[in-house]
Amino acid sequence: MSATPHVEVKGLTVTARNGAGEIFPIVSDIDFALNRGEVLALIGESGSGKTTIALTLLGHARPGAKIAEGSIRVGECDLTKLDRGALAQLRGNRIAYIAQSAASAFNPSRTIMDQVVEPALIHNLMPRAEAESKAVDLFRALALPFPETIGARYPHQLSGGQLQRLMAAMALITDPELVILDEPTTALDVTTQIEVLRAFKTVVLERGATAIYVSHDLAVVAQMADQIVVLNQGRIREAGAAAQILHAPADDYTRTLMAAARPAVRPAPPKIALPAAPLLEIHGMTAGYGKIGKDGRPRIPVLRDINLTIERGATLGVIGESGSGKSTIARVIAGLLPPASGQVLLDGETLPPGLHGRSRDQFRRVQLVFQNADTALNPAHSVGRILTRPLAFYHGLKGNAARMRVLELLDLIRLPATLIDQPIGGLSGGQKQRINLARALAADPQLILCDEVTSALDTVVGAAILELMAELRRELGIATMFISHDISTVRAICDDILVLYAGTMVETGPREAFGVAPFHPYTDLLIGSVPEMRAGWLEESHAGIAPPPVGGQGDHPDLCRFLPRCPARVDGLCNTTPPPRRPLSKGSQILCHLGDESLRPS
Amino acid sequence: MMGNIFQRAKALPLSGKLGLALVIFWLAVALFGPMLAPYPVGAFVAYDVFDGQSAKHWLGSDYLGRDVLSRLMSGARYTVGLAAAAALLASTSGTALALTAAVGGAKVDEPLSRFMDMLISIPSKIFSLVLVAAFGSSLGLLLLIAAFTYIPGNYRIARALAVNLAQMDYVQVAKARGERRFYIAIAEILPNMIHPLLADFGLRFVFIVLLLSGLSFLGLGVQPPDADLGSLVRENISGLGEGALAIIAPAVAIATLTVGVNLLIDAIGFSGKGKGQ
Repeated sequence: MSATPHVEVKGLTVTARNGAGEIFPIVSDIDFALNRGEVLALIGESGSGKTTIALTLLGHARPGAKIAEGSIRVGECDLTKLDRGALAQLRGNRIAYIAQSAASAFNPSRTIMDQVVEPALIHNLMPRAEAESKAVDLFRALALPFPETIGARYPHQLSGGQLQRLMAAMALITDPELVILDEPTTALDVTTQIEVLRAFKTVVLERGATAIYVSHDLAVVAQMADQIVVLNQGRIREAGAAAQILHAPADDYTRTLMAAARPAVRPAPPKIALPAAPLLEIHGMTAGYGKIGKDGRPRIPVLRDINLTIERGATLGVIGESGSGKSTIARVIAGLLPPASGQVLLDGETLPPGLHGRSRDQFRRVQLVFQNADTALNPAHSVGRILTRPLAFYHGLKGNAARMRVLELLDLIRLPATLIDQPIGGLSGGQKQRINLARALAADPQLILCDEVTSALDTVVGAAILELMAELRRELGIATMFISHDISTVRAICDDILVLYAGTMVETGPREAFGVAPFHPYTDLLIGSVPEMRAGWLEESHAGIAPPPVGGQGDHPDLCRFLPRCPARVDGLCNTTPPPRRPLSKGSQILCHLGDESLRPS
Repeated sequence: MMGNIFQRAKALPLSGKLGLALVIFWLAVALFGPMLAPYPVGAFVAYDVFDGQSAKHWLGSDYLGRDVLSRLMSGARYTVGLAAAAALLASTSGTALALTAAVGGAKVDEPLSRFMDMLISIPSKIFSLVLVAAFGSSLGLLLLIAAFTYIPGNYRIARALAVNLAQMDYVQVAKARGERRFYIAIAEILPNMIHPLLADFGLRFVFIVLLLSGLSFLGLGVQPPDADLGSLVRENISGLGEGALAIIAPAVAIATLTVGVNLLIDAIGFSGKGKGQ
């Protein structure tokens, strides 16, 4: 390895101008260096300046921002001294960029191959035929299906994980000296993330590419990086070798990040003496979109045969990947989507299926909290107005009494009373999510449906929201349905867990049952896909191995939905007969042909 | 409240201030013009037709030797008043129907939207000509024609906005809270579409000014001896070859009025957005 590092950033400061025309720094005094073939991770929360730094390595600053000081050296060029033309020569050629959302980075009207070979053609590096054969090699290296023909498809025909890998192929086609990966797996499900990470790692190792990996997730970074730089508010908090940062962090902030990434397991609150009926029961519920057919199923079914109960003051975790129908359960309970069949019982009484016919009191007892507080709070209203409305609507509180109650609520969610007259626009993400929660609490509900309430937030802020929710639950005894894609969070805070795959319940049980194997094969995949905060986990993980071959699938509508991805599937059984619901000795119930003895032990 | 309006006016960008000044100017002319006009509207006061600028006649005289300034000051009232009233009528009814469609579901939305599509296919000039021919020109009829012609356009824009907003999470939350449709439409949806609607109002206003001027130009609008800005242009059309002030002045008046309204409304929409960020 050469004595001088391949990439070197010294004293970098990027400034921007605010609304009043004052110049302020976004990032300042950034120094780091990496040798050829190394991977450096930039880690931090949103607003820490990690993407800003990554973009400067392309010689780019976002509109309104400016590289004010410092030098950025890649190979022998100082990027701060190059003009537009010289930078255009470098970009997409010697320096490549992989963006967070591949789905929006591809042009939907052109084929994949056209777009993947484009960098090589723009820079006149090779003839088209050669570029195409190189692209096919890359597709194979990235473990994409049908590497020979996938290039002829259009972006909408491929999944998010596949597009993310294709974007890597586009970046690597010119054999760049430096690859910048900007949160490339953040938008993906964990089970997809592990596949993409594996593909990235193989390709980066094989080609000896130098890479900068931007992420907020320490565990993901642990799999990829040789060096880690921890950023907070535009400054480096700690920088060093990956192993040192992960196992012996020296900085307080790094320790906060690490702690937030591993949610603390909370003891279950003492069980309250239960009245006869549970708070919420769902029996045989099927729901979806489109007309309901003769067999009682909607044309586009989303949920099939859902049964669940939530006791008073208990927390039920619902977990599954995107598209599994977990938010639809909340919508059905709230009345936004009438189910095609089945019943929802609140306190032993059947709830009317849709919004129509529900009494104001029934509305009050079930409150919905959406994932994204940016869209769940009306931007035209003030904090006070948002919190006053449920008070007036359900409890008839007006004027001073309502204002007093709003102040109490603000105190309950640990926000200053001065926010009461603020418009929503000026609040931070965490503050908005607290208001979102407080609006539900204002109704004085018995059940709160929380739809991914922490997933749009930074880990540290999300951990604070979870802490607040646990506290509120202890004090107010409100039952919660906690919908999430993150199994470690669900395992930490819920009493019971329901795992959903493509609209069917594949495993249900108390949370203790989710700490020990055997699991349903899908639960096993989910748990096995959550990155652990140590190097080498990616290589050891068994998740995402190819399933054994099976013959043709029968056309029975109730066949196991997980069959195409199941590593434990049995030919002649799983592809012909619908699976039964069976108990496991550890206390959970699964929808599978396999039982205690034949499922993978831990 | 007044102080608030004053502060917002101060915060406007330069183009907005210019627009505001033009709008205030034309509103003032519309309100007080007839009182301040130096001569009666129909009086023949100059010996020459198409006279140039002079101390007696600031904007010269028209094709019959009447004072152009006086006619302009009286005419502005018809143009500004009629167009503002018609634009307001068109925008409020269009938006009200759009909100009904957005919260009413497909059963209300479909018939209403198709009906509006049908209206939009009627050419506005022909429609006005037929109505004026049938009922004779009157201010009330002109107002109704102008409003009716621009309801479907406003409905289209407002419905597109409202249908998108009706899918927002905060509307879903309001529905799940058990709110009535009326509350959802007025309190949750309407405040978030007000800025684009204001911009639309400005456009409608300008279209209506042009429609009324066009009708007057054809001789079907405001009837003599009264005249709106459009009829002033028409009656002096023979002065075009001489470049008479009598035709330039009302044309410039129409231009400054429409440009001023647009500048102001663009600036309001812009500063409103800036505040939300």
